[in-house]
Amino acid sequence: MNFDFSDDQKQLRDQARKFLTEKCSPKAVRVVLDGKAPYDKELWKGLAEMGFLGVAIPEEFGGAGAGHLELCVIAEEMGRANAPVPFSSTVYLAAEALLIAGSEAQKKKWLPAIASGEAIGTLALFEGKGNPSPESVKLTAANGVLNGVKKPVADGAVADFAVVAARTGASGRDGDISLFLVDLKAGGVEVKSLANLDPTRGQAEITFKDAKAEPLGATGEGWSILIQVLDRAAVLCAFEQVGGSDRALEMGRDYALDRIAFGRQIGSFQAVKHMLADMYVSATLARSNSYYGAWALSTNAAELPEAAAAARISATQAFQHCAKNNIQVHGGMGFTWEFDCHMYYRRANAMALGLGSLSYWEDQLIDRMRKKNAA
Amino acid sequence: MNFDDNPQEAEFRATARTWIGANAPKQYEDELRKSSLGRTQLKNANILEVAKAWQKRKADAGWACLHWPKEYGGRGSSPIERVIWQQEEGPFGLLSRMFIIGHGMCGPTMMAFAREEHKRTYLPPLASGEKIWCQLFSEPAGGSDVAGLRTRAEKDGDDWIINGQKIWTSGAHYSDYGILLTRTDPTVPKHKGLTTFFLDMKSPGVEVRPIKQASGASDFNEVYFTNVRIPDHQRLGEVGDGWNVSLTTLMNERSAIGAAVATGFPELFEYCSSLMLDDGPAIEDRAVRSKLANWAVKASGLKYTSMRAISALSKGERPGPENSIGKLVAGSMIQDVATYALDLQGAGGVVSGEDGELAGRFQAMLLRAPGTRVEGGTDEIMRNIIAERVLGLPGDIRVDKDVPFNKIPTKGR
Repeated sequence: MNFDFSDDQKQLRDQARKFLTEKCSPKAVRVVLDGKAPYDKELWKGLAEMGFLGVAIPEEFGGAGAGHLELCVIAEEMGRANAPVPFSSTVYLAAEALLIAGSEAQKKKWLPAIASGEAIGTLALFEGKGNPSPESVKLTAANGVLNGVKKPVADGAVADFAVVAARTGASGRDGDISLFLVDLKAGGVEVKSLANLDPTRGQAEITFKDAKAEPLGATGEGWSILIQVLDRAAVLCAFEQVGGSDRALEMGRDYALDRIAFGRQIGSFQAVKHMLADMYVSATLARSNSYYGAWALSTNAAELPEAAAAARISATQAFQHCAKNNIQVHGGMGFTWEFDCHMYYRRANAMALGLGSLSYWEDQLIDRMRKKNAA
Repeated sequence: MNFDDNPQEAEFRATARTWIGANAPKQYEDELRKSSLGRTQLKNANILEVAKAWQKRKADAGWACLHWPKEYGGRGSSPIERVIWQQEEGPFGLLSRMFIIGHGMCGPTMMAFAREEHKRTYLPPLASGEKIWCQLFSEPAGGSDVAGLRTRAEKDGDDWIINGQKIWTSGAHYSDYGILLTRTDPTVPKHKGLTTFFLDMKSPGVEVRPIKQASGASDFNEVYFTNVRIPDHQRLGEVGDGWNVSLTTLMNERSAIGAAVATGFPELFEYCSSLMLDDGPAIEDRAVRSKLANWAVKASGLKYTSMRAISALSKGERPGPENSIGKLVAGSMIQDVATYALDLQGAGGVVSGEDGELAGRFQAMLLRAPGTRVEGGTDEIMRNIIAERVLGLPGDIRVDKDVPFNKIPTKGR
C-alpha cells in the first residue's frame, strides 16, 4: 500500500507551486479582482506552456497524458494560488465531458485546443437557483438547435465553447436530458456577465436562441454523463479547496505569529491557537478524503461516486472553515479590501456552490452509501 | 497511490488470515463485533481470561507484539505487517485492549531504558499477556499537568522509598507491573526533579482502589503508595531524567496507529438505516441525512488520515504530533453521535441498559464518551499540541516553569 503521491508527482507539485508563486502573486490576482481583466491571460498562456492545462489529456489529443493524480496535484496548487483563470470550467468540466462522451472528431477538435490554451470551455447546467437535477433543465434541444437560458455559467463570458445540458424529451426525467456542444462565438448565443461572489472567476448568463449545437454522447444519456463529470470535477475541485484551505491556514498562522496584542504574539493566546488547530484538523480531514477521491478517480474505481461526494463535502467545509477563521484571526484588518483574506473567503464560498451545494452532495453521499451497503 | 499489497505483504496477509481462521476464539466473534464502544465485555465469559488465552496462543505461534524484536517476545515485523495483522484480526483485536498500555507504552519504554537482563526477564511474559502492565503517571494534582506530580521517591541505601498517590491508572486492579513516575527532587523546577521506575504491583505498601465512573464501569483506579520499596536497579533512565523517559512513553502511545479509530459512525448509520420515524424512514429525512453525511466525512477523513500515516511509517518516517487529530476528532464525535442517536429515540431515549433501545448501546456510548475526551490528553491539550508542534505557535505561558517545585503555589485564592 502507498497512500501518498509518488516522488515524481511531488516534484510536479513543487514545480507548479514555484511557477504559480512567481506568476500568480496576490497582486496579479487583484488585477482580475478589481475588474481590470476578465481573467489572467498571461497566466493562462504560461499554464499551457508548462503543460498543466493538458496534464490529464492523452498525448494523442495534444496533452501530456500524465493522468489524474497529476491533475490533482496541479489543482491543489491552483487553489493555493487562488488563480484567476477558467481552469476548473475548462479542464475539470469541459475536458472531462469530452473525454467521457466525446466522439473522436470532437476530441480531436477541442482537446488539443484546451491543452494549448487556445480554447476555453465550460459547462452550462444551471438555470437559476437550485441544485443539479434533471427536472431543473428547461432549455430545449430540437432539430439541432437550442433554446433557453443558462445561469450561472462559470467563466461563461470568456469561454469559446460550452457543454450544455438540454431537454430532449417531454418528462424532464433523467432519460430526457442530453448534452450538446455549442460554439459560443457562433450565432444565436448571447452572453451577459453577472456580478458574483468571486470576481476572480466570472459567472455569466447565456441565452440560446436557435443556437446550433451538436450532440455530445447519445441522446438521453446526458444525465448519466453529467453525474460522472460532476463526480470527477468534485474530486478535482476538492484539491483546489484543499490548496485554498492550507493557504488560508498559513496566512492565519503567519499573522498570529506576527501580530502583537496585550504585549504578546496573538498566536500565544489559547483561543487563537485552538481556532488555528481546528482549521488544521478540518484541512487535514479534507486532504485525506481528497486523497481517497484521487485514488478512485485515477483508477476509475467503483468507489468513485462515494469517494467524490465525501471529498466534496469535506473539502468544501474545510475551505469555508479556514477562510472565515483566517479573517477572524486577522481581526479588523481581515475584512479590509487591502488584505488578501477576502479573496480566499470569496473563492471558498463560491466554490461551495458551483457543483451543487453541500445539501446536494450530502444527499448524494447518503444515497451512495446506502447503495453500497445494500450491495 | 494504491491500496494493493506487494507480494511479501500479500503473502504475510494470507499466512496471518489462515492462522487466525484456524485459531481465533470464534465463539466470541459476533459478541465482540457488536460490543459497545469503549467497553468490551462478554456475557458468559471473563473477558480477561479470554483475552489472556488468545494473547498466549498468538505468542506461542509468534504473532504477539508484531513490531517488537524477537528476543523480547515479538516478531520483528514491519509497520505495514502490523497494520495488515490488525486488519485481519478484526474484532478479535478488541481482546488486546487490556494489553494496550503494556504493549504500546511500557514495553517500548523498558526496551529503551531497562537493563538487558530485565528486558529478557520481563518483556516476553508482557508480550504473551501472562503479565499485565500499567502506567502510573497521573495524579490528583497533575492530570494534564503531568509534571506537577507529587509522589515522592527517596533514596534509602540501594532502594527507593515511595510515598504518594496516583489516579486514573487504567487496569491497575489486574496489573502485575507498573511504570511509575516520581519526584526525586522538589527543590528544582518541576520537569527537572522527576525519576522513572518500574515496580511489582504486588509490592508491600501498594494499594489499588477502583474508581466507579459515570458510566458505572470501573476501568480506572487510584493507587496509593505507602513506604513502597523499589530497588535502584529498577530505575529507568537517570535520576532527574524522568520527564524525558516519560516523553518516550507518551511518544510510543502515538505510534500505536493503524487500528481503526472508533467514532460511533458505523453504529449510527446502521441504526438510521433501519429506524422508522413518525413521518417515514430516518434515512430519508433531510435533517438526518445532513447529520449523517457530516459525520461520514469525519469518519472517512480519519480513516484515510491513518492510511497516510501508515504509508509514511512504511517509508521509515516517525509518527508525528499530527496523529493527535484522531483522538481529538473521534472523542467529541462519539459524544455527539450518541447524543443524536438518543435524540432520535425521543423520550424513550432515557431508558438505558437491557431495557433500552438496542440494549442501551447508545446510552452506554454517551456515558463513556466524556472519558474518551479526557484520557490520554484532553481535547484542549490535543489542540495545544497541534498548535505548538505542528503549526509552530508559541507555547502557553507557564508561570511555574523556572520555579523550584516546592515554591509553586498549590491553591487558588
